[in-house]
Amino acid sequence: MAMDAGEIERLIRESIPDAKVRIDDLRGDGDHYAAYIESSAFAGKSRVQQHQMVYAALQGRMGNELHALALTTAAPKG
Amino acid sequence: MDQTVNERIRREVTENDVVLFMKGTPVFPQCGFSAAVVQVLSHMGVKFKGIDVLVDPSLRQGIKDFANWPTIPQLYVKGEFVGGCDIIREMYESGELQELFKEKGVAVPA
Repeated sequence: MAMDAGEIERLIRESIPDAKVRIDDLRGDGDHYAAYIESSAFAGKSRVQQHQMVYAALQGRMGNELHALALTTAAPKG
Repeated sequence: MDQTVNERIRREVTENDVVLFMKGTPVFPQCGFSAAVVQVLSHMGVKFKGIDVLVDPSLRQGIKDFANWPTIPQLYVKGEFVGGCDIIREMYESGELQELFKEKGVAVPA
């Protein structure tokens, strides 16, 4: 089962309000996405912790409805 | 979580320096993400133990609970969860993965 890119973005913003989110539909099939997420909430956290925050925002959908979401997370620079 | 599965995971990641929980085997990965991590490790010449979660449904769920991580593959170095496919790829490209192996005392011949 696929998920809409807008829905992914909405869930992430709901849980990480200051997040800058970009979602690319990698194959145009609504099933393979790449997400780039920047937030000050990631500052001082390891990559694993940053990704876990995003997975928490997705409320269990990652690994289920969302099979393929390539994640890149970062804290704002400077 | 099933205690037997939890115990087994703990034993695997303590007794082996580098462990990859994956779909399929290192020779025949059954998923592109698992294949990508195998490719990175093989390219670096790092010895690792691949554990196929597809042959054991309890392990497939157990490993997700173990690391609080919803996807497979998962890479462990000296008992520590390092990340999934995206993180490993990013760390490899930035040189951090090589650094991590060096820090942890894992031989990287390449």
